[in-house]
Amino acid sequence: MSLFFIVALPFFGALLPGLMNSAGRAACAGVTFTVSLAAFIGLLTNLPSVLAGDVVTARIDWLPLLGLNFTLMLDGLGFFFALLILGIGLLIIAYARHYLSRDDNMGEFFTYLLLFQGAMVGIVLSDNILLLLVFWELTSLSSFLLIGYWKHLPEGRQGARMALAVTGMGGLAMIGGMLILGQIVGSYDLSVILQNRDLIQADPLYVPALILILLGCFTKSAQFPFHFWLPHAMAAPTPVSAYLHSATMVKAGIFLMARMWPVLSGTPEWFVIVTSAGLITMVLGAVIALFKHDLKALLAFSTVSHLGLITMLLGTGTAFGAMAAVFHILNHATFKAALFMSAGIIDHEAHTRDIRRLGGLRKLMPVTFVIATLAALSMAGIPLLNGFLSKEMVLEEATRTVLFNAPWLVPALATFGSLFSAAYCFRLIGHVFLGPVRDDYPAKPHDPGSGLWLPPAILVVLVVMIGVAPFLAEPFVKLVTASVLGDAADVPKAYFKIWHGLVPALYLSIIAVVGGLLVLGVFKPLLRLWEATPRPEAKAIFEAIVAGTVRTAQNLILPLHNGAFSRYAAIGSVAIIAAGFHAWTTGTVGAPTREMQAAGPVPIAGWLMLVAATGGLVFLHRNRFLSLILIGIVGLMVSVGFVFFSAPDLAMTQFTVEVVTIILLLLALNFLPNKTPVESTVLRRVRDTGVAVAGGLATFALAYHYLLRDAVSTPISEFHLANSYKGGGGTNVVNVILVDFRGFDTYGEIIVLGIAALLIYALTETLLSGPVRAQLLNRKPDQPRAGNMHPMMMVVMTRVIMPVVLLVGFYIFLRGHNEPGGGFIAGLIVSIGVVMQYMASGFGWASARLRYPYHGVIGAGVLIAGLTGIGSWFVGKPFLTSDFTYVRIPPFQEFELATAALFDLGVFLAVVGAVMLSLESFSRLAQRPKASESDYPMDIDPSRDDPPADDAAPESEGV
Amino acid sequence: MELLVASAIGIMTAGGLYLVLRLRTFPVILGISLLTYAVNVFLFASGRLTIGAAPVLRDNLTVYADPLPQALVLTAIVISFGMTAVVVMIGLGAFLGSNDDHVDDQPEGHEDRAEDKP
Repeated sequence: MSLFFIVALPFFGALLPGLMNSAGRAACAGVTFTVSLAAFIGLLTNLPSVLAGDVVTARIDWLPLLGLNFTLMLDGLGFFFALLILGIGLLIIAYARHYLSRDDNMGEFFTYLLLFQGAMVGIVLSDNILLLLVFWELTSLSSFLLIGYWKHLPEGRQGARMALAVTGMGGLAMIGGMLILGQIVGSYDLSVILQNRDLIQADPLYVPALILILLGCFTKSAQFPFHFWLPHAMAAPTPVSAYLHSATMVKAGIFLMARMWPVLSGTPEWFVIVTSAGLITMVLGAVIALFKHDLKALLAFSTVSHLGLITMLLGTGTAFGAMAAVFHILNHATFKAALFMSAGIIDHEAHTRDIRRLGGLRKLMPVTFVIATLAALSMAGIPLLNGFLSKEMVLEEATRTVLFNAPWLVPALATFGSLFSAAYCFRLIGHVFLGPVRDDYPAKPHDPGSGLWLPPAILVVLVVMIGVAPFLAEPFVKLVTASVLGDAADVPKAYFKIWHGLVPALYLSIIAVVGGLLVLGVFKPLLRLWEATPRPEAKAIFEAIVAGTVRTAQNLILPLHNGAFSRYAAIGSVAIIAAGFHAWTTGTVGAPTREMQAAGPVPIAGWLMLVAATGGLVFLHRNRFLSLILIGIVGLMVSVGFVFFSAPDLAMTQFTVEVVTIILLLLALNFLPNKTPVESTVLRRVRDTGVAVAGGLATFALAYHYLLRDAVSTPISEFHLANSYKGGGGTNVVNVILVDFRGFDTYGEIIVLGIAALLIYALTETLLSGPVRAQLLNRKPDQPRAGNMHPMMMVVMTRVIMPVVLLVGFYIFLRGHNEPGGGFIAGLIVSIGVVMQYMASGFGWASARLRYPYHGVIGAGVLIAGLTGIGSWFVGKPFLTSDFTYVRIPPFQEFELATAALFDLGVFLAVVGAVMLSLESFSRLAQRPKASESDYPMDIDPSRDDPPADDAAPESEGV
Repeated sequence: MELLVASAIGIMTAGGLYLVLRLRTFPVILGISLLTYAVNVFLFASGRLTIGAAPVLRDNLTVYADPLPQALVLTAIVISFGMTAVVVMIGLGAFLGSNDDHVDDQPEGHEDRAEDKP
């Protein structure tokens, strides 16, 4: 099966559990299981190639210029991890089916689980490090959802937050590291990066990149000092803990260290950082685990400890260390998942995980006892179980590792850690299963149904199988090791055997096991000692740090961000002006290359009007109606200016937009106060004037400067002018640019316009459904109402003129490709025609005759434009490629048919819909339900005998 | 001519900025509209000023105004209408909801919220 499917299956499958939720729990789990099984089988179909030593790849170039490609690769290492993720995933799904209670939303759980599974598989199969980072962050997010699955538990929420904060921060650091790595090599493809060991290690940025990447790995894999999040994530349901903390989430960091091993390892920096972090984590985790009373907490710290062990092995930088690490990853995944599931069974049956309240379960739960004991003994490193084999290799590697010039340091610490590891395993067996049967369990424990014990049992079979016959696992482990090592080293020849003879590792192993038993013997005094020792509480420290950060941010942000818009606007303006001034003074200004054009009396008169209107607007802005008229003049002069400077399309657009804008502001002013009171102090007005003048001078200087100079290089407009007719089939270059050359921009723009209109509609709906509605209904108009609501002359005029307006709109639309006009302008013209009906005949009259809702018109416009663009796919061209032809239907003239016209139709519809929806929404605010509309098409008809009742008039308002 | 256009841009910017810094919603909206004019003309002028040479192809003409800034400004004008409409709606909604058309958070409103907290 293609690698794409293997990665995509869990993601697409994640849609199913939610849908199957109502079909019952079995169906829900069944569909999840099937999805995972399909991915698992898909993975297995690639086994022959992997065994043959091939690297299976799949590739889709997405943004090749940025090095961002969807490339996947499956080699031994990827296969190994994918096998763990999907294989243990299957067992977890089966287990979770029986573990979750009826109160839990199973569809939600399995959706998260599949998302997580997909993200994990994505990490291990990515060939592109940017893609890997995406999946990496996805695991952080989906594990957040999984850990916090029991939303009602505060510990669950806190644990999820902590996990997200720690692993998310690590992920951010890793992004930096990976980008540096990509820059060094010049490629973001892992397969290329892995070939460039010398280049990377010689680079001065190697150490920063290494530290950043390791930050990501250490946070994910809970290495010291980031180990604290993992135990808190135990508040998750047990299947999640078993999955995240045995085979997947925490192994992601380990995986990445293994993946990057060929290029990053072998340097002193790598050795010191990774080995010591691993050693500290291992010892610390083992010691804390022994004294935990919560079964899951014990297992959590033991996971921390074992991850430290694996990290240490990868840190040594030797081929044997890498092989031991791979083997231990496999073994740890099997026994730890089994142990977590057993802990879950105990919790499920005895209703407690507190070791102090358990004991004697051997007789009550014999099946669980066997499973858990075998797994725990394997973890302790007892012969004939797989944990013994890898622990032996660990200790052997430890005896060869010299850290800080002290040959005894690593073996001693490794043995010490193993000793405590053995001790907590024995404690788990001894204090939970052995001992006398008690009579004070919270619930009567008994073995669960096979659905719960079968999954861990399968894992324990593996534990024993590998332990008894290590040669079965040897070829596979060596294959994986070979792909970890890459070209950097050869796979060690060492054989996997139970009996290696009397080697030092065996003595260390014996010391650890015997020591572990002894420690358990003196457990009670040790526990008292432990509880008497003051220890830093990680959660408190973490929360103090978070609270401190929040406080700092608040102290910084709240004074700056105090809700005063005018202050932000002032700060923003000054900052922009200052930045522009800096650029201006540091740059060089060339001599003018253009002649100043002479200005005749008409332009000067226009300029005077514009300036007078602007000045009047500023000085008279307190009178809002007057200022509306003045801004209308400014807009008008701007459109006249556009005509003058050879921009007829712009002039028409500006002019029509001006009309709808003024109508809109008038509608708003209907509700707003008519006057702006004097509030600001003189000082403040002087300050604002200063800012305004500075801004005005700046734009003046900039505009004046470039108006007198030619463009530095040839503008791309030359291309547009040259190709408009040849390529776009239109002579109006502006319109051809809009619908053809830059059609994609226009497409985006009409969508934005549509969204703006919908936003206005939504805001109106919200206002009208809230308390504002009552206020609006009781509002007393602050202006005297007109006696004649719908003046007859105006009504007649607008209705007569309507077809003419539509005709003009149609004409402007059609000629747009070759003459000034087009969809935007036509849309605005038609909108004005429709608005006139609203204004003259009233909102109720117009909307009663409205056949299509404006939302639909917007949607139709965007759809038509989009489908026109998609149409070019069918002839194998990119999105929005346009075509045109000339048609002649006798007896008419020859005329042009262009697909761009269809696109322009979409623009037209979107503009009409958006403008109308906005204006209609405003008008709806003035609507009153009790204002009954007349049955007659007009209010006044001289030929009619029954004049409408006068008293109805003041209650309704025309809009 | 260049001086006229540049000074018009400058004056509209200055007026727009002054109005944007006012304390009530309506003048601020007018200020934004004025700034929009200034920005649109500024963008348009980046194609330099050409008189009597509309970018509509004719057989015997070789000089045309720069069409690209025109196309960009055309959509900008329409979009700015949408934006103005949204801002007006927000301002109107705020005024109708609280009977207050200040653009800045008012101090007493802040205290009200503080009192709501237990």
